[in-house]
Amino acid sequence: MANLFASAGSASSVSGPPSGGDYAADSIFRGLAWLSAFLIIALTGYILWEILREAFPAMQAYGLGFITGTTWNVNAQQFGVLPEIWGTLYSSLLALFLGGSFGIAIAIFLTQDFLDHRVATVFRTIIEMLAAIPSVVFGLWGIFVLIPLLKPGAEWLHSQFGWFPLFSTDLAGPGMAPAALVLAIMILPTVAAISVDAFRRIPYKVKEAAYGMGTTRWEAILKVMVPTASSGLLAALVLGFGRALGETMALAMLIGNANQISLSLFSPANTLASLLASTFPEAGQLEVQALMYAALVLLVITFIVNVLGLAVQQYTIRKFEGKK
Amino acid sequence: MSDFDLTKAGEAARPMPQLARQGFEVRALKSGLLTGLTWLAALIAAVPLISVMYLLLVKGGSRLFGADFAEVLTGLPPAGFELGGGIGPAIVGTLVMVGIASVISIPIGILAAIYLGVLEPRSRLANTSRFLAKVLTGFPSIMAGVFVYAVLVIHWGYSAWAGGIALAVLMLRTVVLAAEEAIAQVPQRMKDAAYGMGCTRTQVIWKVVLPTGLPGILTGVLLAVAGAAGESAPLLFTALFSNYFISELSEPTASLSILIYNFSGMPFPNQIELAWTASLVLVLIVLMFNILARLIGQPKV
Repeated sequence: MANLFASAGSASSVSGPPSGGDYAADSIFRGLAWLSAFLIIALTGYILWEILREAFPAMQAYGLGFITGTTWNVNAQQFGVLPEIWGTLYSSLLALFLGGSFGIAIAIFLTQDFLDHRVATVFRTIIEMLAAIPSVVFGLWGIFVLIPLLKPGAEWLHSQFGWFPLFSTDLAGPGMAPAALVLAIMILPTVAAISVDAFRRIPYKVKEAAYGMGTTRWEAILKVMVPTASSGLLAALVLGFGRALGETMALAMLIGNANQISLSLFSPANTLASLLASTFPEAGQLEVQALMYAALVLLVITFIVNVLGLAVQQYTIRKFEGKK
Repeated sequence: MSDFDLTKAGEAARPMPQLARQGFEVRALKSGLLTGLTWLAALIAAVPLISVMYLLLVKGGSRLFGADFAEVLTGLPPAGFELGGGIGPAIVGTLVMVGIASVISIPIGILAAIYLGVLEPRSRLANTSRFLAKVLTGFPSIMAGVFVYAVLVIHWGYSAWAGGIALAVLMLRTVVLAAEEAIAQVPQRMKDAAYGMGCTRTQVIWKVVLPTGLPGILTGVLLAVAGAAGESAPLLFTALFSNYFISELSEPTASLSILIYNFSGMPFPNQIELAWTASLVLVLIVLMFNILARLIGQPKV
């Protein structure tokens, strides 16, 4: 009898209660996991705190005039980012208009039975590869392919329709049009991926019901599928917009870094992110403070847009999963 | 009597509906037109990718697959009017910094994902942490650079460490969200079976959750690595750039993406050619990780 009990606790047995070591390992491991999850919160807080702290002197010195000011002059110690805010929003809106409509069109193309399942997978992979290409490579492509390609068209538009505000200047090289186009290409995969998700969430019977009523394919898409997916599509557009706002390198290479506010598609402009990218490496102490303030402005804008997008996305997921 | 009459009258007045599909009806034409436009949109959307890939192969490939490929891959970047030269330091620098970023972010990311996915998925800490990871995903990548500049670079100067940590900040969010999704896919029954055998939670995680979720976790990790390799904005003012091979982690370090950025603005054809070559190498590295991620993540039926 005694032998039997002895073997239950020995190493040769398969079974046994967790040892003290197991319990210790368990608590240590769980503690580490807790710490890592907490670290994400701490990191976010630390990022905000550091940028706020570094920007604080500039916030005190320039106040709200920083946001409405239009000059960036280091020697005169005048800093204002209104042109950059304008450029950020304008380029992102243009990109959203183009990339958003193409992105949703592609989501429809991929999900509404236009393609054989396998072909659709290949096409989706192509779009995902588009997302994998680094920003600088798009910048390089923009400089040496897109700008030369756009020049003749821009010249013609300017000479024929120069009175129209969008075409009021000539494309001398870098400018708003190539920047917005590349931006559109870069947000297209984001918009397409989230829109595909939105369409996929719609139960198949919804489409069957529409076809059963005798709709054509596009009546089903436009009058049933798109309205049903609308909140998901909205989330796709908002998150795509958020991505466009923060995109840096391609814009720093293509937008021309000119501190001006213009409606023209062909005039150079600047964005907050590309202002950071192009001036930070050579900035002195005062300018760094001003740049931190600019970073804070960008952070606030993207934060608002992204939280909005996430909220809409969450709402969509709840809407469909609640109905199951 | 009158009822009967009314029905009959109605039937006579109403013509039989045309139920066959009418190819030239306005509705059908509209549908066909929109289908054509969608095809067009899809083809147009594929043009940039094809154009980028083609030019990378033609302009970058001429140097990379040419006679002096060894010099291109291992040589130092050329100065001004100098001919030849290569992108060796940049390749090494990119790999080193992505390595630093991986070592920091992958363990923390997976541990956090375990907390979010298995240990306490519904706790307040998990919800906050998950939400913030999603918010971080939307942050402009240059913010990681600004942050690391403020924390490290101001005190200790530009270094590979700073660049690697900036990349780690960016990788962390991707790893956490992807790993959590993979972990959440592990069926509850498998975990219950393990608990039923008397496993501690840690044993369940190590012996059931992680092995089962491994393909998904690896996919997420590899995609994060691919993303970090292609990043440039956070390196601009953390790692800066260098024309020489890295000898210490505490000095400015070259990277492929910054080399492309710097060389693209130069007026010398040799540098521009090298920028294309560096782009090709960078895209090949990024795509390699991407394709690997896809292969591993493919569901095995």
